[in-house]
Amino acid sequence: MNFEFSDEQNLLREQAQRFLSEQSPLSTVRAVLDDADVSCDKALWQAICDLGWTGVTVPESYGGLGMGYLELCVLAEELGRSLAPTPFASSVYLATEALIRFGSEAQKQKWLPGLASGEVVGTVAVAEGRGAPQADALAAFYANGTITGTKLPVPDGDVADIAIVVAKDGAGISLCLVELQGDGVTRSVVANLDPTRSQACVEMTGASAEVLGAGGSGWAQLQELFNRAAVLFAFEQVGGAQASLDMAKEYALGRYAFGRSIASFQAIKHKLADMYIATTLARSNCYYGAWALAEDAPDLALAAATARVSATKAFHECSKENIQTHGGMGFTWEFDCHMYYRRAKALSVNLGSLSSWEDRLVNALESRIAKEA
Amino acid sequence: MNFEDTPQEAAFRAEARAFLSANAQPKTDTAPHQETEAEYILRAKAWQKLKADHGWACLSYPSEYGGRGATSMENIIWGQEEGKFDVPVGPYAIGLGMCGPTMIAYAGEEHLKERIPRMVEGVDIWCQLFSEPGAGSDLANLRTRCERDGDDWIINGQKIWTSGAHFCDWGILVTRSDPTAAKHKGLTFFFLDMKSPGVEIRPIKQISGDSNFNEVYFTDVRIPDHQRLGAVGDGWKVSLTTLMNERLAVGDAGGADAPHLLELAQRIMIDGEPAIKSRAVREKLATWHCEKAGLRNTKYRVMSALSQGKTPGPENSITKVVSASKLQDVSSFAIDLMDMGGVMLGREGQEELDGKLFHGSFLGAPGMRIAGGTDEILRNIIAERVLGLPQDVRVDKGIPFNEVEQGN
Ligand SMILES: Cc1cc2nc3c(=O)[nH]c(=O)nc-3n(C[C@H](O)[C@H](O)[C@H](O)COP(=O)(O)OP(=O)(O)OC[C@H]3O[C@@H](n4cnc5c(N)ncnc54)[C@H](O)[C@@H]3O)c2cc1C
Repeated sequence: MNFEFSDEQNLLREQAQRFLSEQSPLSTVRAVLDDADVSCDKALWQAICDLGWTGVTVPESYGGLGMGYLELCVLAEELGRSLAPTPFASSVYLATEALIRFGSEAQKQKWLPGLASGEVVGTVAVAEGRGAPQADALAAFYANGTITGTKLPVPDGDVADIAIVVAKDGAGISLCLVELQGDGVTRSVVANLDPTRSQACVEMTGASAEVLGAGGSGWAQLQELFNRAAVLFAFEQVGGAQASLDMAKEYALGRYAFGRSIASFQAIKHKLADMYIATTLARSNCYYGAWALAEDAPDLALAAATARVSATKAFHECSKENIQTHGGMGFTWEFDCHMYYRRAKALSVNLGSLSSWEDRLVNALESRIAKEA
Repeated sequence: MNFEDTPQEAAFRAEARAFLSANAQPKTDTAPHQETEAEYILRAKAWQKLKADHGWACLSYPSEYGGRGATSMENIIWGQEEGKFDVPVGPYAIGLGMCGPTMIAYAGEEHLKERIPRMVEGVDIWCQLFSEPGAGSDLANLRTRCERDGDDWIINGQKIWTSGAHFCDWGILVTRSDPTAAKHKGLTFFFLDMKSPGVEIRPIKQISGDSNFNEVYFTDVRIPDHQRLGAVGDGWKVSLTTLMNERLAVGDAGGADAPHLLELAQRIMIDGEPAIKSRAVREKLATWHCEKAGLRNTKYRVMSALSQGKTPGPENSITKVVSASKLQDVSSFAIDLMDMGGVMLGREGQEELDGKLFHGSFLGAPGMRIAGGTDEILRNIIAERVLGLPQDVRVDKGIPFNEVEQGN
């Protein structure tokens, strides 16, 4: 049995940690947070692209590195830990993945090299306002090479060059590729809980679009895409949870009250122990999810939902209790705690709510039982 | 990453499976055995003997004492495989998991030759005489006295919560030899024959109505000095060996878990629909599945480290804290799910099986949260040993034991 990352993968992790601590310290994240006109750190994005991370899972024949998903999981954890303000998740876990899985050969040749090099930034556009998106309630529609409808919020929609848009297509649903700088597309940034990852409103009126692959089964494709992305999001969340725990621990050790370190009070010790427990459960579930993703295992849907649900909970718990451990300081804009708190909540809804993932998890359990019977 | 055994591990697993399927029945969901405790112990003794005869008892013990000198990984593989079969192992858990390793670490060669093979073959069952009315979490606060008398020691005092004392043959015992020394300093450790004159065992009835543990009184009990483990005054150090093994031995709480709840929720109706359709039920199921899977996957990480000859990290320290509360919460929720009918044990058949499982788990879970280190003590351990936070303030530190303030 080997349930750990390999030496090479751990080496990649060390390199990523070193790189991100130099190129994406929390001051970089804060600069994006503080400037309402900035959606992401362009220099950091360029540096990440230069390292080839954007093409990690893209086959070499399309200009990528052709490495595996375990490598991408390693990077996701580090990006999550550092809160890197880039469109990496949207572009790599979602848009690139959609093209790899569902694109026609011509579409892959056209788009994957750009996505792999990072020259093209992609995203996936699903939501149409508040509430869980539903297949039969979608308003966006595709017909004869054009698309009409409003997607809101679209993660990184203001900086992306292309979007994979989920839209009605005759009787079915298709994933449609839309060039966001083309005619008939208007974009605007929307105010959001975590300004270090931007969100946009994308309005399309007869914008030209092409269906990804054969079309018609877009909803099922979206679920598959989300299952795969859930593992990667979960790694970002575990990275964030771990960072919040580390931060709380450091602060508690150095802060004194009643003549002693607050880390010696049991209420604080037990709080941190609970953060450790939540993070450990989530991390172990993420490792299993990574394996299922890399192997395309039959129980990927269950493994992904399990990783996603535990990581969402762990990051929420750790980021909120990190603030609590900091006392009044934790509630100030100047302290970094709220950047994790914001990111935790944003990540938790970005790919669908906690409750929707709990539902998917139980669906997967039920279908496993049905299969066994 | 992969979940495959190495060729050696696979061969070992196949060997274990072959022995088990030839000699035991796989676990099923059918009714538990209807038997008295005495019958259960006899069944356990027979199983232990059979294992010993075929080299499957106490795998990690040295071979000269009847063990097999197996690796930790082999031990885990055996545990996984044996766990799939309906075999009685409970009565030996403390003796083989904790008393044996303590003996092996501290007893002399003659004692080991005499005692350990009998333990391995299941002839003798052992218990742990540690806790006292005034010493549980704070074990070192114990006051059972030992006094030197020639070649013997004379023991007076009381132990409590001693699991299995009423059917055990031998026990390990920690006592106070010097009340004027500081708490951890004046302790001395022994092993003794539970049939020794002056040992009186009184069963304690638990909240479930069962009696698995006891009070044990010592009145002028004589223990020969050669049955002392470790130096006089070094009893705390010896106890730590036992406690370290306890942390390895106590793992998952067992009993009602997410799959049982899911299955129940498919049968129970709420508002004319199976309960599993309810969003509230699904949310709970997902939560407990995540904990269950998280513990399983954490165990895989430990196994992975062992399999590659590395020392596992501290991750496994979360197992009991997580699983004991899960047991309590799952069983409580399941009883709720059965609504008014949840209170009754249930009519013969599926209802009664559900009742036994969920009522049994509900009444057993509080003990799991206490035994082998309470939830609070385990959180302290995670905070201090894993996260490196400061120890609790100790107001009795360095003070002679007989001057430390005692409550009720
Ligand atoms: C089913 C079962 C089987 C057992 N079997 C055995 C056995 O075979 N042999 C044996 O020797 N013992 C056995 N025990 C005893 C067990 O080890 C003790 O019950 C346990 O260590 C707790 O001690 P206590 O009962 O004295 O509770 P206390 O130590 O009095 O604890 C009471 C409460 O105070 C809390 N508390 C205590 N200290 C602290 C602290 N420092 N910080 C925060 N909270 C604290 C505890 O967490 C608990 O909630 C068994 C117990 C059970 C329930």
